[in-house]
Amino acid sequence: MFTSPHLNYGLLAPILIILAGALVGVGVEAFVRKTLRATVQLWVALATVLVAVVDLFIVRNQRSTTIAIDSVTFDGATVFMQGTILVLAFFALLLISDRGSFVAQASAIPGSQDEVSADLEGKSQTEVFPLTLFAISGMMLFPAATDLITLFVALEILSLPLYLMAGLSRRRRLLSQEAALKYFLLGAYSSAFFLFGGAFLYGYSGSLSLNGIAAAVAASAGNDIFLLLGIIFLMVGLLFKIGAAPFHSWTPDVYQGAPTPITGFMAACTKVAAVGAMARIFYVALSADLVQWRPIITVISIITMLLGAIAAMTTRDVKRTLAFSSIAHAGFLLIGIVALNQSGLKATLFYLVAYGFATLGAFSVVTLVRDSAGEVTDMNRWVGLGKKSPLIAGAFCLFLLSFGGIPLTSGFIAKFSIFTAAYEGGNTTIVVFGVLTSAIALFFYLRVIVLLFFTEPKSDAVSVSIPSPKVSFVLAASAIVTIVLGVYPSILLNTAQSFATFLR
Amino acid sequence: MTTRSDLVFLIALPLFSSALLLLLGKIANKWGHLFATVISASTFGIGLYEFFAMRSRSGDARAATQHLFEWISVGTFKVDASLLLDQLSICFVLLITGVGTLIHIYSIAYMSHDLDRRRFFAYLNLFVAAMLLLVLGDSYLNLYVGWEGVGLASYLLIGFWNQKPAYAVAAKKAFVANRVGDVGLSLAIMIAFTQFGSVTFAGVKSGAASASPAALTAIGAMLLLAAAGKSAQFPLQSWLGDAMAGPTPVSALIHAATMVTAGVYLITRSNFIFDASATARLLVVIVGAITLLFGAIVGTAKDDIKKALAASTMSQIGYMILATGLGPVGYAFAIMHLLTHGFFKASMFLGAGSVMHGMNDEVNMRRYGALGRVMPITAITFGLGYLAIIGVPPFAGFYSKDKIIETAFNAGGSKGILLGGAALLGAAITAFYMTRVFVLTFMGSKRWDDQAHPHESPSLMWIPMVLLSVGSVASGFLLSKGSALVHWLAPVVNASDSEGGVELMKPIVVSALALGVVVLGVMTAIIKYGRSVPVEAPEGSLLTRFARRDLGQDDLNHRLLVLPGQAITRTLVSTDYGFIDGIVRAVGWTLGYISTSLKKIQNGYVRSYALLMTLGAIALLATIWLVTL
Repeated sequence: MFTSPHLNYGLLAPILIILAGALVGVGVEAFVRKTLRATVQLWVALATVLVAVVDLFIVRNQRSTTIAIDSVTFDGATVFMQGTILVLAFFALLLISDRGSFVAQASAIPGSQDEVSADLEGKSQTEVFPLTLFAISGMMLFPAATDLITLFVALEILSLPLYLMAGLSRRRRLLSQEAALKYFLLGAYSSAFFLFGGAFLYGYSGSLSLNGIAAAVAASAGNDIFLLLGIIFLMVGLLFKIGAAPFHSWTPDVYQGAPTPITGFMAACTKVAAVGAMARIFYVALSADLVQWRPIITVISIITMLLGAIAAMTTRDVKRTLAFSSIAHAGFLLIGIVALNQSGLKATLFYLVAYGFATLGAFSVVTLVRDSAGEVTDMNRWVGLGKKSPLIAGAFCLFLLSFGGIPLTSGFIAKFSIFTAAYEGGNTTIVVFGVLTSAIALFFYLRVIVLLFFTEPKSDAVSVSIPSPKVSFVLAASAIVTIVLGVYPSILLNTAQSFATFLR
Repeated sequence: MTTRSDLVFLIALPLFSSALLLLLGKIANKWGHLFATVISASTFGIGLYEFFAMRSRSGDARAATQHLFEWISVGTFKVDASLLLDQLSICFVLLITGVGTLIHIYSIAYMSHDLDRRRFFAYLNLFVAAMLLLVLGDSYLNLYVGWEGVGLASYLLIGFWNQKPAYAVAAKKAFVANRVGDVGLSLAIMIAFTQFGSVTFAGVKSGAASASPAALTAIGAMLLLAAAGKSAQFPLQSWLGDAMAGPTPVSALIHAATMVTAGVYLITRSNFIFDASATARLLVVIVGAITLLFGAIVGTAKDDIKKALAASTMSQIGYMILATGLGPVGYAFAIMHLLTHGFFKASMFLGAGSVMHGMNDEVNMRRYGALGRVMPITAITFGLGYLAIIGVPPFAGFYSKDKIIETAFNAGGSKGILLGGAALLGAAITAFYMTRVFVLTFMGSKRWDDQAHPHESPSLMWIPMVLLSVGSVASGFLLSKGSALVHWLAPVVNASDSEGGVELMKPIVVSALALGVVVLGVMTAIIKYGRSVPVEAPEGSLLTRFARRDLGQDDLNHRLLVLPGQAITRTLVSTDYGFIDGIVRAVGWTLGYISTSLKKIQNGYVRSYALLMTLGAIALLATIWLVTL
């Protein structure tokens, strides 16, 4: 006898809306004229995200652990993270829709006649919009999923579109395609780890749900080796996604190769989803076993922070440096998982918003700095930009200062609250390392500021293209959020505080 | 104590006006100067009203307070922003607002050609507000705010024409020299706080009664340092001569009549400290005696009319400081001399400004001569001030200076003879150099060339001069008649009617002696400068050249402070660069090296990345296996 499962469509709706929008987007590809497609796709995507945001806002105070049997939980953390992903995605879509980042026809061989003619015909790869929406749906499901199979499915839904989109860059196509392939191969490899870990945990507890695993861990019922192997392998899969050392190697290459708007989207939203899922797994399923995994995450966090900060110091490419910076931030975010208390979760949520907006802002500046051959990411050619375009360069500095955790920017509050939470939890070592690393990381951020503002421009210096209204909007919104959260953080901290709960 | 509610307007009005004129900018150019003058006059009105209100009260009720707000509250330590208007502060309030208003009026004409007149008046009002806060604060901390405020206003006004580098340097010099004094004041406040747990005048006064002599001497010495900085007393006097770079009304108001006398106010206000420490009093009289001679000697050699007057200011304040160090009876005489000096010195400075106004801003007295005929009003008002300062009866200076000389002689023993002698010698030199100034400027033969067309100044300028010279004629008599000021101030400074000390000579003898040396000084100057004066300054004797160089104070400061200071700075810089930066660079280099090495892992091959992941996973397994073993 098979009974159909009960689904709570009301609370699943934000995800379902995004999926529906993605399907509409696929339809648009088939039925709408080529010349109109880009515009229609953008409006469809933006409207979808907006509707999802509104729907999420309406149901924000409902709570349920059984909206899809017991595989998906709708709790405070879910609402906050889904909301963050949606808002960031909205801005990312604006960046994605801006001209000229994407190849005319992805299937054409780089440098071939096909490519040139596709370019001349004015084709454009508008599939990127439905792909983005599919990725968003996966990202929203990932931090809400409470069983291992759903987690895995969500992981794949969010990853597969990203693998594709990473290869769509208009300029330097070989690098882009290489990045896509690398991302795919390594992503597949890490997924295998994840699955393997899931299998071990099932073997240990006989349950796929996080609550079942938690119960088994609490009762120490099962083979401890299986538990350890399960934790380790699951961890590898998750650490890969958030870009923590030593599973970070893909990050610089992929960030550099992918089209810049995609990099921004990936860096901001994937991080939210992966950190959210990881936090849920460790807070809900494994908190009883913290003696064993906490030292490991602590060490990984320290290594990740140091590696990101130090490697960024000598990197010359702006996108690669931002990649290393994002690695360092993955390390800082792990501190919130080590903290394992409510204020740790609150700080993590705040950190994700602060980091997400600064990242989007920084990458949107990268899309603006160009020469005749497109974006220029070599930092040596950014020299003296502050004199030519003080506003754009100033905004970039603001985002860097926020990354560095300078007071009056959101980054300071984010770091401060995550350190505080970890310290309250008694994890002094990681806080000391966190503060030291922040100092090292400042070297890189300040170096860029010196380069931009206090160095004489060279003759081959680049120019900043005049930002379109869409990019200006993203830039302004990111800058405002960065400053407002730095000056008046309590507006978001209080919200994060009230949403920082995992239902068990 | 009486509680008043309108004291705050004394400070708030000019402060508001200053902010308004600065914030409005060019919009206020047309009426800014008039507005500032009206505001200044209305503070004088309030001051007068308060004065008569105070006179109508009697005894302890004369002093009035107003509590504004709780300023600092840390644990048990509380400082209120409160104002105190007593018999001492009302003297200053009337002087500041009265002379201040006259100088506002004068400046309307004097600065009429300056494009930045509005800013000038904004600063003047800022000064008036700060100076009133200084004399109205009821605690050392409130006083300190005003103290710094007048320093700021002084800095801004000395450097008002900062487009000339030399003037900007002069402003900076004044600022730095004042900082040295300010350190003294802040140290005094800190010591008082640690000793008495209070920084209000009343609190310190009650604490001082049972304090250790060492603490009192330390506070006194620090207060003296503060006074020396603000009042241009030895050894911090070097800035005052350069401060003449400011527009002449500023020199008259800030650097003659009011701000520079703040040191005298500070010491008088802190009488309970100095009364309890003979050592501190001794330091005060030494500083006063040295400065009064120092300034007088410098004054004999200056050819720049404003600098000669500045040296004279220094010397006259030396008299006041000397008087404050002579014990309870001295305070009242110091304040009396301060008030009379405020009149006659301001009158002479305005006269000098009037001369410069008519002479295309020429300041060299050797290029003046015979100006009395073309500028009669200026000559007469200046002359009245001149008679007052050298102490000719019945002009104001006679009453106030004579009392100081007399009190100095009465200090007793060899100290009395030394101090009295110094004061008497100072009076002789004063007579000499002031006669020199007057003769060089207004008498003798004309030494200006034909381009200059000296003329009398407009009425807006000469009316304030006339009013001030009335003060230099009458104020001495009025203040000393029946010991009016002494009695008025008695409740504040604890002076008794008896003059105390040993009477070395009868007062009449002292007066005769003083008059004698004054006549001597005047005669010498007339003989030397009455006939012909070379337009170019002769090389002069060693002493003259030394006096022209301010008796080597600048050179001494340069050798003693600037050069060692620069040496220390250089050492610190090289240490910073070599050692501290060295460490930083070493850390940076190491991290950079690691960073470069790390890039080798980032080689771009997927196989290497996968291997790294595998190794990472194995490392994790190994760790957890080791940990759980």
